Amino acid sequence: MSGRIEKLGMPKWGLSMTEGRLVEWLVDEGAEISPGDEVAEVETDKLSGGVEVAVGGVLRRRVAAVGDIVPVGGLLGVIADPDVPDADVDAFVAEFQAAFVPGADEEAGPASETVTVDAGTLHFLRQGEGEEPVVLLHGFGGDLENWMFAAPALAAERTVYALDLPGHGRSTKAVGAGDPDALASAVGQFLAAQQIERAHLVGHSLGGLVAATLALSDPARVRTLTLVASAGLGPEINREYIEGFIAAKSRRELKPVLELLFADPGQVTRRLVDDVLKYKRIDGVDEALRAIAGQVFGPEGQRVLIADRLPALDVPILAVWGAGDRIIPAAHAENLPEAADVHVLDGAGHSPHMEAAGEVNRLLERFLAGARAGA
Amino acid sequence: MARNITYQQAINEALAQEMERDPTVVVMGEDVAGGMEAPGEDDAWGGVLGVTKGLYPRFPDRVLDTPISESAYIGAAAGAAASGLRPVAELMFVDFMGVCFDQIFNQAAKFRYMFGGRAVTPLVIRTMYGAGIRAASQHSQALYPLFTHIPGLKVVMPATPYDAKGLLIESIRDDDPVIFLEHKVLYGTEGDVPEEPYTIPFGEASVVREGSDVTVVALGRMVLLAEQAAAELEREGISCEVIDPRTTSPLDTETILESVEATGRLVVVDEAGPRCGMAADIAARVAQDAFGDLKAPPRMVTPPHTPVPFSPVLEDVYVPTPETIAAAVRETAGREAAAPA
Repeated sequence: MSGRIEKLGMPKWGLSMTEGRLVEWLVDEGAEISPGDEVAEVETDKLSGGVEVAVGGVLRRRVAAVGDIVPVGGLLGVIADPDVPDADVDAFVAEFQAAFVPGADEEAGPASETVTVDAGTLHFLRQGEGEEPVVLLHGFGGDLENWMFAAPALAAERTVYALDLPGHGRSTKAVGAGDPDALASAVGQFLAAQQIERAHLVGHSLGGLVAATLALSDPARVRTLTLVASAGLGPEINREYIEGFIAAKSRRELKPVLELLFADPGQVTRRLVDDVLKYKRIDGVDEALRAIAGQVFGPEGQRVLIADRLPALDVPILAVWGAGDRIIPAAHAENLPEAADVHVLDGAGHSPHMEAAGEVNRLLERFLAGARAGA
Repeated sequence: MARNITYQQAINEALAQEMERDPTVVVMGEDVAGGMEAPGEDDAWGGVLGVTKGLYPRFPDRVLDTPISESAYIGAAAGAAASGLRPVAELMFVDFMGVCFDQIFNQAAKFRYMFGGRAVTPLVIRTMYGAGIRAASQHSQALYPLFTHIPGLKVVMPATPYDAKGLLIESIRDDDPVIFLEHKVLYGTEGDVPEEPYTIPFGEASVVREGSDVTVVALGRMVLLAEQAAAELEREGISCEVIDPRTTSPLDTETILESVEATGRLVVVDEAGPRCGMAADIAARVAQDAFGDLKAPPRMVTPPHTPVPFSPVLEDVYVPTPETIAAAVRETAGREAAAPA
């Protein structure tokens, strides 16, 4: 194909992002790039991350300068085939800038939705269109925003659902017994309500245990299982994190606890801490967290272990761990069945899908594509 | 689910949810139910600006219209709080507090202390303050420093719909008397607010914008103006950290001092007058506790020491603006004003 001109726009990471600051260009003008490459580093008041391109070509223009604050959907650069004349690229830029209204186009991002099932009202974000739906399940105390880097990448070819588990985010704060069965049952109800017959399940930490629990109880509904720093695979867990997260009442108490989630504590911005505090201050959250923690994480360690049941499960498994995980040791990956595709990433902690998002996205992309080829 | 609602709706929702949760919560004040000859009707007033609209039909026994006698019903509310209820009394304009100072200062604020800690007074007085709607000098004052001065009172002044709901629920659940100040110009402002009840602890400032050159502490409506000024100053290369204390008593001095330690410069924006106000109070605390960090004298941006003018032209000059705030920041930062474009 030739003559193609594509916009490289400011991504929208999470529901509340309206603009981002360009920190650094990672690619020179004129460089060839492939889909999935990170071309720039962007930061918001909440986090920083790499901008991945969805299309390949040549980075013909770097429109935004380092330090510029660009609204979501605004022009960072232009990707085009090499044979496109410079004049056409310039015209594309001029035309875009003249017509662009921040926040007005569809790039302002999808709106989240709710659905009410037996377990209560569940909040979720749906992105993309395609066969083979992917369902993303966050960890203890997290929410669907934790997938802000993964969801848009996976949504290029699939319908991606990021879900707030009961007790979390904007979903119901009623958690029933609070055990993995209750949470997995809520996810099952969500799949039914969305008429999803079979899904790729991707779970982080507690969400991994919930995804595996659903796969074990109803394997026909699970196409593949991706476990990111998952719970349920070994007894060890950092109690300081669980107890500290529940107990923290202020920014000062919460920040050091959240820093345990990352290899690089600099990932924990004031905005991230404030957002978690806002969540923790909603009526019912404290009870929900205590109920779940009571079921899943005892003083002796993790109470629900499912590793020995996984070999009997006829579902492909991808496992991703950060080598620097300070919550659940990466060594738990060794307890997975031999057939599992296991990756331990250097330089990442308990949240590789945020801290090493590009790498995790590539692993997921390859795994999901392989599962399709093998099916 | 969070959704976009107004400051006024956020306050109404906090009241409704707390009345739902706790049968001892009662709302009382002038016209808070229906107003004269309209109790309970769907189109009833719900207070002078309709903030309590819709509560009377849902809780007919707990939304009480009172006579136009602030001294009587604020006293009644203090007594009700001391004897087991959680009253939320609406005092239309903070300017009218003058007739019930004894009930507030000498009674409600002192019960816990005078009865050896054995009495609690879970009273909330909601009231409107501030200039900007041409309501003249007896309906426009920003009297929160008066209440901040009195030990035993907690003083809350939210700037956003999110803070309004969370702080009002915290106020209702708190066991001490709380003066809850609503700026009349903010009622129509919108923001994301969770549907569920939630709380915000007193004495925790909100850092609404992070920055490195100048700390700007602003209160109530002034927070919005300070944010506008900070956005303009960013374009000029001056980075402002904007802090909203949210409650003046207790006051989160720690967050302010930490910020000043990093920036070395302080501007306080206060809609109350320059004498014995929050700006003077905060500037003095910083001068005392962070003197060694200061690179320039703290500056106060306040109205002049005059009544709020009724003349629209004068009222607009009276209240701080993003321009006067930006000018103070530039001066503190040692920068010239931007050349006119």
